Amino acid sequence: MILLLSLVAGCLFAGATYFLLRRNIMRLLLGLILLNHGANIVILVMSRLERKLPPFLSPGQIDPSKFIDPLPQALILNAIVINFGLIAFTLALAYRTHLALGCENLDTMLATEQLLDE
Amino acid sequence: MSNHLFLPILTLLLGSTLATILGRWRRVARGIVLLAISANFLYSSWLGNLIFVSKERQFVRVGTLIAPYGISFIADELSATMLFMTTFLTLLVVIFSFLTSIITEQIEDFFFYPLVLLILLGATGVFLTGDLFNLYVWFEVLLVSSFGLLTLGRKQIQLEGGLKFVELNLIGSALLLVGCGLIYGLVGTLNIGQITQRFQNLNSGLLTVLATLFLVAFSIKAAIFPTYFWLPASYHTPPSVVTALFAGILTKVGMYVFYRVFSLIFYINLVDKLTILLLILACLTMIVGIIGAIAQVSLRRMLSFHIICQTGYILSGLGLANEAGLAAGLFFMLHTMLVKTALLVIGGIAEASFGTDELKKMGGLAAREPLLATFWFLAMLSLAGFPPFSGFIGKLVLLKATLSAKQYLVAGVMAGVSLGTLFSLLKIWNEVFWKTLPKDEPEPAPIKPYTLIPAAILVGSSLLLGLGASVVLASNTLAAKQALDSIGYLSTVLPDSPKK
Repeated sequence: MILLLSLVAGCLFAGATYFLLRRNIMRLLLGLILLNHGANIVILVMSRLERKLPPFLSPGQIDPSKFIDPLPQALILNAIVINFGLIAFTLALAYRTHLALGCENLDTMLATEQLLDE
Repeated sequence: MSNHLFLPILTLLLGSTLATILGRWRRVARGIVLLAISANFLYSSWLGNLIFVSKERQFVRVGTLIAPYGISFIADELSATMLFMTTFLTLLVVIFSFLTSIITEQIEDFFFYPLVLLILLGATGVFLTGDLFNLYVWFEVLLVSSFGLLTLGRKQIQLEGGLKFVELNLIGSALLLVGCGLIYGLVGTLNIGQITQRFQNLNSGLLTVLATLFLVAFSIKAAIFPTYFWLPASYHTPPSVVTALFAGILTKVGMYVFYRVFSLIFYINLVDKLTILLLILACLTMIVGIIGAIAQVSLRRMLSFHIICQTGYILSGLGLANEAGLAAGLFFMLHTMLVKTALLVIGGIAEASFGTDELKKMGGLAAREPLLATFWFLAMLSLAGFPPFSGFIGKLVLLKATLSAKQYLVAGVMAGVSLGTLFSLLKIWNEVFWKTLPKDEPEPAPIKPYTLIPAAILVGSSLLLGLGASVVLASNTLAAKQALDSIGYLSTVLPDSPKK
């Protein structure tokens, strides 16, 4: 399972890199989304995915080694929320840029790089 | 336990919430913002003094959970110094934007001032937290408010710059997140002190991989070569007040994390393998930054490249990986935060007066506004490194540390880039202040003298920093000592843990 998920994370990173290098704003966004998913899966893999009880203490069960470590999942949840907000913002930004520019090609966004002399 | 460490966070959260709700009444909202930042300024000077005098770290556990399980807040001299300087600069920039009309009412109504508070909140959180994942979260707070500030106004160039800024910074954040996850998997903790302790007993090749991962992530945040491209693409697009704020805070928070994480968690890797890499990156950042600055033909684009150039200096302080280097780098960081903000504030006044920041269309400001020209001249001397300003002392201690570490090439690059800095600043001086106004250009609007107050305070502070360098350097040396003292850090965070 760890091997499988590591492969999934690797594929997500590879896909993210591919998309981030495209020239289209939407592809760029897809790249960012995949990158964040990849990062979340890396955290999940690093929690070692053991088969254990959910971390709810009930009377009588106090051996901590029987419970799964809840922290990685909390981290992932936190990261998902943050990334959701950021991606929503980026989507809105990309939409406004598209409206202002009238096209989606990143190669046409040169206004920030040009020297004013030209 | 020092519960007061929550104060700055609470003040800023409360202030930004109230300023958002009451945003319809501009004066009330402005009053709240000013009050919140001033309160934080007073608090941070008190905290800085407390730590400097007692030489002890301040520490608090959130929710009284025992350290590795709960998040802890910790302030040492390094974080207190940075907190003080950041709050001071934000205060001055906010006062500057009150005094001028660069921030239009339309932008103000879209929650400009609450966003400024949130950016300061993010920075404060980064400075005070003692937990790696919490640091990532505060970084996101900082980033998302900076995204907001950058794109307020919705001009096409802002949107383009914003997209580049957002994209590269989000990649950096994802790498940081991966780094946090890997560290947790490796040592089972996210408390910075405990990570440091467990890494010392861990002999794994993965550590170098992790260090490099963090290096790339922080390089993106701090605009280090070769990942600085978002900075010159975006810093010149928003209103000049925002650029002044970013110059003082954004990349410097990135540099702070560099200092914090590499002096504690990855210190062994730093000394073993990364020193050379960091020094090479620092030199390239300086060189590329200054060449970029010389090539530009508009005021703010030049100054944005200067920011990159100055981060190179700060990084080289860390690259030396010893106490003197860290202290010198920290002093230089304080100096460059002050002077960079001063230059951008003065540039902002000039830009508002001419209605453009193209050097070709400006001119004759020295005869028209002698006071503004004087302030620019003094700030320029300080950035280039003339005594008695802070730039002189900053470069002197940095050069001294570099030479005593026998990094002669780095010292040479520093000295050479310094000349380039003076050259490019003189170019601005010539174009904006000295030459006569081009014939077909409209007359610049007269400048109201009271708008110069923040610039005067900034230039004055740079002078004070230069004159009172011995005190500040003592504080910085203490900061460097505390930053490198992993055992002391750990025994503050985890008083009951076995000492290693």
